[in-house]
Amino acid sequence: MAASEQEILAGLAEIINEETGIDAASVQSDKSFTDDLDIDSLSMMTIVVNAEEKFDVRIPDEEVKNLVTVGDAVRYITNAQA
Amino acid sequence: MSDKRRVVVTGLGATTPLGGTVAETWDALLAGTSGARTLEADWVNTYELPVTFAATLARGPESVLSKVELKRMDPFTQYAMVAAREAWADAGTPDVESERLAAAIGTGIGGVQSLLDQYDVLKGKGARRIYPLTVPMLMPNAASGNVSMEFGARAGAHTTVSACSSGAESMGYAAQMIADGRADVAIAGGSEAPMHPLPIAGFAAARAMSTRNDSPETASRPWAPDRDGFVLGEGAAVIVLEEYGHAKARGATIYGEFAGIGMSADAYHITAGDPEGTGAARAMTEAVESADLAPADIAHINAHATSTPVGDVAEAAAIRRAFGTAADGVAVTGTKSMTGHLLGAAGALETVISVLTVHHRVIPATINVDEVDPVFDLDIVRGENRALPSGDIAVLNNSFGFGGHNVALTIRSAS
Repeated sequence: MAASEQEILAGLAEIINEETGIDAASVQSDKSFTDDLDIDSLSMMTIVVNAEEKFDVRIPDEEVKNLVTVGDAVRYITNAQA
Repeated sequence: MSDKRRVVVTGLGATTPLGGTVAETWDALLAGTSGARTLEADWVNTYELPVTFAATLARGPESVLSKVELKRMDPFTQYAMVAAREAWADAGTPDVESERLAAAIGTGIGGVQSLLDQYDVLKGKGARRIYPLTVPMLMPNAASGNVSMEFGARAGAHTTVSACSSGAESMGYAAQMIADGRADVAIAGGSEAPMHPLPIAGFAAARAMSTRNDSPETASRPWAPDRDGFVLGEGAAVIVLEEYGHAKARGATIYGEFAGIGMSADAYHITAGDPEGTGAARAMTEAVESADLAPADIAHINAHATSTPVGDVAEAAAIRRAFGTAADGVAVTGTKSMTGHLLGAAGALETVISVLTVHHRVIPATINVDEVDPVFDLDIVRGENRALPSGDIAVLNNSFGFGGHNVALTIRSAS
């Protein structure tokens, strides 16, 4: 069964916390990965790889650059699950 | 090194099979404790490993490192970070310009667990699932890179790779940087994390390891007639090296002087040392002479002494060749009987032990040697620890590695 947007947000927050140590509570939909959360490109790829595994989706490299905010990633994963 | 800047040791750090810190490790050494134990991992049976024990860490790095650090660093880098933090704190967190601080952490193998774990992922799930930090985790310079970042060491970050002499070589390299004026302070050591079935199977296939599976604690027995190979260990040891005047000016505790360095190569055989010990003897002689000392000034040798049938003989021949009759006055010990063989961290750990031996003036006795093989004509410290005299003393630490590498370091009491 597909995960809800809330579940995806919580799952991403957990992955981001594990990979970078950023407090899961600060991972909100409107936060930018680079500007707000200070996540570099290599860390972003570790998050993508973990998210693909967790939510059983495929996030192509060319899409990763379009995922500016956490909300962008939540929406992409939601649609990819459908 | 009389015409060069003097180098002293001002900080010590270690995580070993005997303890999570230098103090715990030293206490265990003086108590004659073995760090070898039966391996609990499933893979021992899965792959029918001929060796079922090793000297595993007494305390894991999770008590010191954060969850993120544990995830993003291979165990060999984790161990190096644990030891480096202890050493830096022990040195009193020296105030030094970033451009005058160096890092040098050697390793024999590097991030072999990350390499092989990710190969399993590749075979099972394909390239898409490979962890993006795989390369910066497995590279042998990952430990020196991470240590340099942690402490802002910008004079240089170096990684010596010479199998089981890597740790000693990195310390020698860092000391040379200070002596040459390229740095004032250095964080130097070695680290190894080989507890994976492949390295164990590899060393076992080379018939280099003890197969005394029913008695891990007594398996490492350098110079004993029935020694049958080394006992694999893991861990890291790091020291803070400092230019003498720099250490004096800030009132640092000086454990001892890093007084001499000798390095050579056998160019003889890829695993066996030259049985004549010519190359190893040259390294020892160079270590003594570069400290402006004579063989008779050396009170003690912390030997490489891995407990292999041929290796111990070659080292003994080399000691005789380098010291001549002065070898009679040298008390020799083999601390791998307790720590196991930490490969690329071994020389680093034994340098830490040598520094403590000079500092506390006591030689930890070799354990498990009820009887000495009659081929050895050496004064082996066994049975009980032996005190060293007061006054100016100097000791030698030997390290040799597959590939024919020989490194000898001279540690002198603080003056």
